[in-house]
Amino acid sequence: MGNALLEMRSISKEFPGVKALSDVSLVVNSGEIHAICGENGAGKSTLMKVLSGVHPYGSYSGEIVYQGLPCRFGDIRASEHAGIVIIHQELALIPGMSITENIFLGNEPRRWGRIDWKAANHQALELMRLVGLNEDPDTLVKDIGVGKQQLVEIAKAFAKDVKLLILDEPTAALNENDSRHLLDLLRGFKQRGITSIMISHKLNEVEAIADAITILRDGRTIETIRVAGGDVDEDRIVRGMVGRDLQSRFPEHEPKIGEVFFEVRDWTVRHPISAERLVCKNSSFTVRRGEIVGFAGLMGAGRTELAMSVFGRSYGVHLGGKIFKDGREVEIRSVAEAIRNGLAYVSEDRKAIGLNLLDDVKTSVVAAKLSKITRHGVLDEAAQYHEAEGYRQSLRIKTPTVDEPVTRLSGGNQQKVVLAKWMFTDPDLLILDEPTRGIDVGAKYEIYGIIQRLADEGKGVVLISSELPELIGLCDRIYTVAEGTITGEVARRDADPELLMKRMTSTRSNA
Amino acid sequence: MSRIRDLQKNLFGGTTSNARQFGMIFTLVAIIVYFQIATNGLTLTSGNLIALTQQYAYISILSIGMLMVIVAGHIDLSVGSVAAFVGIVVAKAIQEYDVPWPAGIVLGLAVGALIGAWQGFWVAYIGVPAFIVTLAGMLLFRGGNQYIGNADTVPVPEGFRTIGAGYLPEVGPATGYNNLTLLLGLLLCAAVIWREWRSRQVRLQMEGAEPAPLWISVLRLVIMLGVIVFATLRFAGGRVGTSFPVSGIILAVLVIAYSFYTRNTAGGRHIYAVGGNARAAELSGVQLRRVNFLVMTNMGVLAALAGMIFVARSAASGPQDGLSWELDAIAAVFIGGAAVSGGLGTVSGSIVGGLVMAVLNNGLQLIGTGSDKVQIIKGLFLLGAVALDVYNKQQGRFSIVASLTRPFRREDPPAPAAPPAPSPTGSLSRK
Repeated sequence: MGNALLEMRSISKEFPGVKALSDVSLVVNSGEIHAICGENGAGKSTLMKVLSGVHPYGSYSGEIVYQGLPCRFGDIRASEHAGIVIIHQELALIPGMSITENIFLGNEPRRWGRIDWKAANHQALELMRLVGLNEDPDTLVKDIGVGKQQLVEIAKAFAKDVKLLILDEPTAALNENDSRHLLDLLRGFKQRGITSIMISHKLNEVEAIADAITILRDGRTIETIRVAGGDVDEDRIVRGMVGRDLQSRFPEHEPKIGEVFFEVRDWTVRHPISAERLVCKNSSFTVRRGEIVGFAGLMGAGRTELAMSVFGRSYGVHLGGKIFKDGREVEIRSVAEAIRNGLAYVSEDRKAIGLNLLDDVKTSVVAAKLSKITRHGVLDEAAQYHEAEGYRQSLRIKTPTVDEPVTRLSGGNQQKVVLAKWMFTDPDLLILDEPTRGIDVGAKYEIYGIIQRLADEGKGVVLISSELPELIGLCDRIYTVAEGTITGEVARRDADPELLMKRMTSTRSNA
Repeated sequence: MSRIRDLQKNLFGGTTSNARQFGMIFTLVAIIVYFQIATNGLTLTSGNLIALTQQYAYISILSIGMLMVIVAGHIDLSVGSVAAFVGIVVAKAIQEYDVPWPAGIVLGLAVGALIGAWQGFWVAYIGVPAFIVTLAGMLLFRGGNQYIGNADTVPVPEGFRTIGAGYLPEVGPATGYNNLTLLLGLLLCAAVIWREWRSRQVRLQMEGAEPAPLWISVLRLVIMLGVIVFATLRFAGGRVGTSFPVSGIILAVLVIAYSFYTRNTAGGRHIYAVGGNARAAELSGVQLRRVNFLVMTNMGVLAALAGMIFVARSAASGPQDGLSWELDAIAAVFIGGAAVSGGLGTVSGSIVGGLVMAVLNNGLQLIGTGSDKVQIIKGLFLLGAVALDVYNKQQGRFSIVASLTRPFRREDPPAPAAPPAPSPTGSLSRK
């Protein structure tokens, strides 16, 4: 240890109007796993883009020394040539191509100018073994799960003879099992002398795996912690990231729970394409006024599918089941009807299906209930502005004005815009699907507060989350879901991670 | 904030999509000035302006519908054929079945709506890409035109020709100008002033929002009123018997109505929502299929109207009517700042885009450029305009506006941290 593989010295990078990085330094030793932590917008991704040549030499100031030599990468090919490979959060795979084709995309083994598929398949198998991926190399990437896709990305990196592997939020989309596998894999790489840089929001993972942790805040380096010293704990990282102490990760809250007002009975839905696949099987649940109800389940357990099909049948084909609201059966066949019946669904993927990224803040906020700002068929711009401005203040959405395009906002603030959009519809029941995915600790805390406030107003909240601590910390009652079925119901006082995990992985025992 | 930036931000509305038009208007002015000089003042004569309006009114009407189609994320290749088909149907109905011409117009619009609904059905409810549906429609209705008309021309009566070749009548005292055109100009001035005042009022109601500085409002008013007065006098002061053309009035009414619809109603906003992110729109309660269906249907109606105006202007419907109109309409929309992927664009932008192409075409013809070269120049211009826009967006700036004003933008740089002195980085950057 101690010999630096990579040194980035006083890197500064400016975008028009924004200083993304100022005087950031990073030293990564050979053979270590180096975590980079920071809130969204702290400059982590920008720093990695500078390193990998996405922001070419000349567009930033400062110096990069790699393997003892100063480097000036003009583009991403140059950095890959040097053995620096970055795996982005959004995977760069072509769904309709096979694993082999993806692994060697842009890097195809050639003989006499032709692609040598035999050699490619052979090498692919080798690489897949290396990353612990058991699949036929001819399988199309779209047919394997996210976790395995992540492994394909890593295999792809190895095909390029990687020396420094950069992973941007590698476990954000993975379930616990896949995450664990990935972390084990990184440890294995370390033994082979491969250096990794990992950007992550999951502090428990960082703590478990990193040899060194560099904390960024507002485009500056706060500190680099060498774990060898010993005393690293999440609180210290969090303090560094947010610049203050977070006494508790969850706001204090005294639930005021009323009677059952929303009930789903025997809900059965099949997959939109394959007719024999049931994604929800006889699921029943209830929500009380003022209650936060959690849905725990592994990726692919059918939580999102259940939520979306309840929300105006926006997913799959409805086969059976009834919805009761305030004791009466309601027919909800479309999203418009769902909104009219006081349902709101905040989707797990705000960029893909939650927001129109061309919109500005104010138009996003009112988008799901334009009738509220329409007078005699005409949109009232002043009313729109007032509504949006109100949410900007009450939810503390960080934006100079509500005229700002939503793409200029950080992830956490975008999420607040989505929440505002659905609060604007005056719902009785809010279904929040992974509302804190990919957002930083500080913003999470604020969103927890908003969720509790909504419950206190007498609304019902359904919270779908992959983070068990979040469910346990926030929910009054938790349903566990596995393979499309509700496998258990756990009250707040009984909720602990092991019990939940057991129910989430038990398939037929309770069903 | 600097004055230049104020100007750029506020002169043509505060939002970025409006600001995009700034560059196009700038280009339009530049082209007009260039041709005005190159043609020794021929471009801005009454006669030429009137001819220009009549010649391009139907393309602009198409581009309104096309704008909505493109904003929703589709394309319509069939508009020229649909226009021709409706033209021949109406001409035949009037000529051979003695349908009175006003009823003929209604019939034409109905046929257009029917065709639009047909295409909308395939696009919205079956899910066939609009590119394919309208490519099929292009063949279908071109063939239909020639089948019904026996590939022959069919004349239309005098009354019908008004909508394409008519002018406002001469009434009132002899002022040396066409009085109705003057009146129209006056009304327009009043409307512009009222609108400016109104939008300031609305903006002022929004506490926290900075209204445009007063001097900008005044400047904008002065410019717009200047243009209106100039145009009014030109249109009113042409050869006796000519004035602002009827087709121009139809276009103006449509522009106002559709601008209002797309900007200020829920239905209009749904079109943008669908084009911006269809799934997000659907999950916000927008009825995706209905929006797509209506957008295509509307395009059919406007194509029908454009076709009839063209037939009226040329006094007969023929088998070659409407050839490659779709390309002109699509070009106008994209030059006017719409995004190829949908979700962005304005009606007024498309009109300006159409005007740019029209003036370019007209100017080149006036200085005697052959139609071969005119096409080459128009093609390069379209490519250049959109490429510049795309390039600017990639630079993280907003569009042509930014590039035109870039030299002025350096007033208040966020004090750069002095780069570490000896580093060769900053100083040796490419230049």
